[in-house]
This record gives sequence, structure tokens and C-alpha cells, in this order.
Amino acid sequence: MTKTTEDQWPMWEVFLQSKQGAPHEHAGSLHAPDAEMAIQNARDVYSRRNEAISIWVVRSEDIISTSPSDAGPFFDPATDKIFRYPKFYSIPKGVRGV
Amino acid sequence: MEDEKKLAEFQTRLKNGESIEPKDWMPERYRKQLVRMISQHAHSEIVGMLPEGNWITRAPNLRRKMALLAKVQDEAGHGLYLYSAAETLGVDRESMINDLLSGKAKYSSIFNYPTLTWADIGVIGWLVDGAAIVNQTMLAKSSYGPYSRANLRICREENFHKKQGYEIVATLANGTDAQRKMIQESVNRWWWPSLMMFGPTDKDSPNSAELTKWKVKIHSNDDLRQRFVDLTVPQAKAVNITFPDPDLKFNEETGHWEFGEIDWNEFYRVIKGYGPMNRERMNARKKAHEDGRWVREAAEAYAKKKKVLHEN
Repeated sequence: MTKTTEDQWPMWEVFLQSKQGAPHEHAGSLHAPDAEMAIQNARDVYSRRNEAISIWVVRSEDIISTSPSDAGPFFDPATDKIFRYPKFYSIPKGVRGV
Repeated sequence: MEDEKKLAEFQTRLKNGESIEPKDWMPERYRKQLVRMISQHAHSEIVGMLPEGNWITRAPNLRRKMALLAKVQDEAGHGLYLYSAAETLGVDRESMINDLLSGKAKYSSIFNYPTLTWADIGVIGWLVDGAAIVNQTMLAKSSYGPYSRANLRICREENFHKKQGYEIVATLANGTDAQRKMIQESVNRWWWPSLMMFGPTDKDSPNSAELTKWKVKIHSNDDLRQRFVDLTVPQAKAVNITFPDPDLKFNEETGHWEFGEIDWNEFYRVIKGYGPMNRERMNARKKAHEDGRWVREAAEAYAKKKKVLHEN
């Protein structure tokens, strides 16, 4: 019995938090039949050496991302706004702590 | 026309050392070569569990047994990192695994040699994992993001593999006469196949030029092989082990260890399926896949049942 792509176990993206206060970061992906097994497999595949104190798993198909082909125009609006940075502004010499 | 423009852009990105990500445009050949290479790498990790798994129940003490179990478990993990890296290119894991089981896909020829003695476990960690680390350290810098990240993760874990192997080698090399004889005999069997792990010599390597052009590989097979020999010879000397090569000598001028001719006929014979263990490995892999079927089916049935309960 060979499985077709359609009935292959769904794919999950795995995010690990490495220590208290750190953000969850993408570690990789895996297949699992349900969320519970996805979490257990994520621990065995991506945290065999205490790499994580917390794990998120998300169905890969539920992730919406920007597409590389539109990346230029999509991120354009931020590229010409240097007034969003402190370096854009000048203040009198000798004033400290601003 | 459009593709030519995209191809030029792609090549500029490679030239600038940018990393290529799954959704980026890429030439079909780039995708094809990566799928071939990453899936072969994944299969090698999985089949690589077999020669060592053979010794888990016969490890000489609990410390060695725990280390070997952890190492073999790591190899399973490495296989999974690599299968998911390949999946980002649009192939599914099921079909890659089917290609392995049907004999269509290749894996590293080194795993078609038998592990006859406990000393082989030490030598595999030292030489086979040592050679793999040299190769994977390069692949951690490859142009394809997911493959490069998988190799980075693998390299971090392989260092323990190599060190535990060398510890076994050093222990036996400093042991009784029988132990010294056993370790030397094992090194004699594994040395040449380990050198073959880097693949054919540059002029005979069918894929190297293209992989280098795509910056999947950044060093040639022969360069990597030389690096491995230079690293390994002093490690052998430190424990009074010799390599079975009368031509092995240090070249003062180049600063490299020169070595004798590799028997490429043996290499191709093993690749084509006529190595000592090819058939055995495939049968073991198929049996493991079949024996695990009920576990996969149980997991699926449980997931379905829970879903139904959840919906009602």
C-alpha cells in the first residue's frame, strides 16, 4: 500500500524558545497525525539536548507569508523614512541624555 | 527571455553570497540537483543507523551502550532534518522513502560495509563521522538556506559522535595485545572506504561542476579528502595506529599528507549494489518500515478518533 501525497500526515512547523524571555524561533518542520504527536515529535527531533524550554507547533498550511516576488513593493514604504531613526535629528552640542 | 533575466538575477544573488529560500525563484536544475543531493544525504543518515545499531545490544558496558543509543538516535534525527529540508523544494517525504525502499535512490556507499567487531564502532565514529563532518561543515555554508541550516544543526551534534568514537579507538589502542590487534584490523578495513566517502576524484565527478556553480558545494571532493587526511593522520599517530597505505607520506613543501591511489573500481562496484552489505541493508530497512506500520496506523486511528470526539 503506497500512500499518496493527499493522505500523507500533515506537516507542522516547529518553533523553539531556547530560554526564559527569548522569542520562539523557527527550528524546522515535521510530519505528525495530530497536534499532540507533533509536539512530542518536535521534542525528540529538535530538542534532544535541552535546546528548548517551550515549543510551538503550527500546521504548515496555516502559515501565511509574504511572497519573494512582491517583496520589493511590499516593503518599499519603509525604505525612504529615515526620519524614523534618531540619527535623522540634530540637537545643540553638549546636551546629554536626549 | 523572462527566465534568462531571472537566471541572471539568481546568479548575481549567488555571487553576492545570498541565501536562497524555498519560495524564491530558482532554476529547475538547481532544484533538481538539490533534491537529489539532500534526499541521498537523508537516506545515508537513515541507512547509517544499521551498521551501528547492530552493536547496541553487544556494547561492552552501560556507558558505551548509552552513548551508542544516543548516537544512533541522532542519526535518525539528522535524517528527519534533511527530509524536511528536501520537502521545502516540493517533493514529499513519502515518495523519497519509496525511492529508497525500491532501490531507485542512492545512499553513501560506506554503509554497505559490515561492522564485524566492536572496534568498528569506534572506527566509524572516528573516521566515518570524521569524514562526514568535513563534508557537512562545507554544506553548512551551501547556498540553499534550509539545507545549510540542517547541516549546521547536524555538525553541532556530530562532534560528540566523532569524540565518542575516538575515545573507543584510544581505549582499545592502549589496551591488551588482542585489543590493539582488533582496532588496527578495523582501521585497515575502514580507511579506504572512508576516503571514498568524498566521492569520485574531481575529473570524474559527474555532478561536482554543477553543484559548485550553484554554490551548493564550495570545495571540491579532492580538496575535502585532503583536508580529512591532513586532520586524521596525526590523530592516528597519537594512538600508534597506522593506515594501510605504503604511499602515505608528509610533503614538507605543500604541508600536506600525500596518499596512494584509491581503488575506484571498488567504489563503483559498491555504488552499483555489489558491496558486501547492500542487499542486507535494504532488507533491514524494508523490514523496519513494515514492522513500524502498525505504529503509524495506530497513531492515525487515534488522531481520527480524537478529531471525531472533538467535533461532537
